[in-house]
Amino acid sequence: MEPFAITTITVLPGKSKDGSREAFKEITIRAGDMISIVGPTGSGKTAFINDIEVFACGDTVTERTILVNGEVPPDEMVRDPAKKPIALITQNTKCLADLTVQEFLEMHVKARRIPDDTRTEGTISLANEFTGEKIAGTMRMTSLSGGQTRSLLIADAIFVSSAPIILLDEVESGGIFKENVIASLKAHKKAVLFVTHDPLLALLSDRRIVMRNGAVETILEPGGREKKALARISDMDRIFSCMREKIRAGELLDEEVPLP
Amino acid sequence: MKLLIFAGPPSAGKTAVIRQIIRQLAGEYAIAFLKIDVVRAFEDEELSAEFGIPARKVYSGDVCPDHTGILVLRDAISWAEDLGAALLIVESAGLCLRCTPYTTQSLGIVVLSAVGGTNSPLKMAPMIALADIAVVTKVDLISQAEKEVFRERVREVAPRVDIIETNAVQGTGLRFLMKAIRNVPEILDADGIVLRGMPPLAVCTICAGKKEIGWQHHFGILKTLDGADDLYRGE
Repeated sequence: MEPFAITTITVLPGKSKDGSREAFKEITIRAGDMISIVGPTGSGKTAFINDIEVFACGDTVTERTILVNGEVPPDEMVRDPAKKPIALITQNTKCLADLTVQEFLEMHVKARRIPDDTRTEGTISLANEFTGEKIAGTMRMTSLSGGQTRSLLIADAIFVSSAPIILLDEVESGGIFKENVIASLKAHKKAVLFVTHDPLLALLSDRRIVMRNGAVETILEPGGREKKALARISDMDRIFSCMREKIRAGELLDEEVPLP
Repeated sequence: MKLLIFAGPPSAGKTAVIRQIIRQLAGEYAIAFLKIDVVRAFEDEELSAEFGIPARKVYSGDVCPDHTGILVLRDAISWAEDLGAALLIVESAGLCLRCTPYTTQSLGIVVLSAVGGTNSPLKMAPMIALADIAVVTKVDLISQAEKEVFRERVREVAPRVDIIETNAVQGTGLRFLMKAIRNVPEILDADGIVLRGMPPLAVCTICAGKKEIGWQHHFGILKTLDGADDLYRGE
């Protein structure tokens, strides 16, 4: 169904906010890559993934260039969202489509010219693995909570768009089960780039792009060197999640730290 | 001289798109701008101050703004040609979703907001169907899936219209619009320019000042609540 197989996406350097060239030679993204993008607010994290999403060709403020399989992508791929190999989940947690969940997904399936009509059900059930508040096909898109919306859009990106590259802007917001999202993206062999302020998510990635003043400052490839930190943050995160769920459920935490 | 005619509902981002065109093409073309509006408009003053291009406006007042646009268009072409303009941009008021202000020998561009609701393309079908290009703005505010669903809706109305998605404030994606403008032929025969479609049959006795409610008090083109097709009743 794809016009051609995508093996790599390459980011070529642009410039920082003060106009100096970025120091990296190129960043290549392949299927299965987990790349986090970190840095202070205003450092250019969102601009970085937006460049990838629009297939920048020196025409954005950063002047970066994006190549697909080492070449400038064909117009058709850039212009027709249904042929786009990239799905971006923005920080927005509101969907503005004036439709029910079922209608929205059916229309998206139609836009993608997919003959298989089991996708809508699959998408809803996958989304329900990401959120604690159950989504039903009869709900209106505009009435979904922030977490439900993001869960549904991520599930849609996996199941309906079948995009090989997924860009996530602060997936941790909206109170969704972030590890389930990451595990599911890994299981579907997606290349994932995510902007994050969450230490656990940052440590789960294979590569970490550090942004400063609009430019890529460094690219870290920790290998196994952060194992200890990851183990520690995983434990802490379990405590966090456990307490959060109890607080959400209206419980009083009057005992010792309730370890899972 | 090339002619661009912009339509699209209020606050869709027509002027933001036009601003990007002027910013990117002012080095290649001498640009003139005409805004048509009903009561007040500021675009001409803003664009003239920002880019130093000749710009003017016309208020339609009690007349349909799209009709006004057509009435003044021939004069506007002479005005822009006399100034030595190579590109005349006409921005409609964007009120009537039934109207299609596009003419022959021009590039017709409709500007739609991606946040206007999934059914908005269906509501303004005539405005989209006769345009050459539909620019969908504010796509930075919606998800990938919503973009595709919105595009599908536009396709239902106009299967062949060229759709360009943009965040018009940033100018992303507009390189395809600039390409289309560069490729549009110049006006060959200004006196031979005509409207592409039929305007709505707008003249009724209410336009002439009769205020009574109910079709029984009027004549000409009429509507009843049940079976709301056009009916004609002479005086």
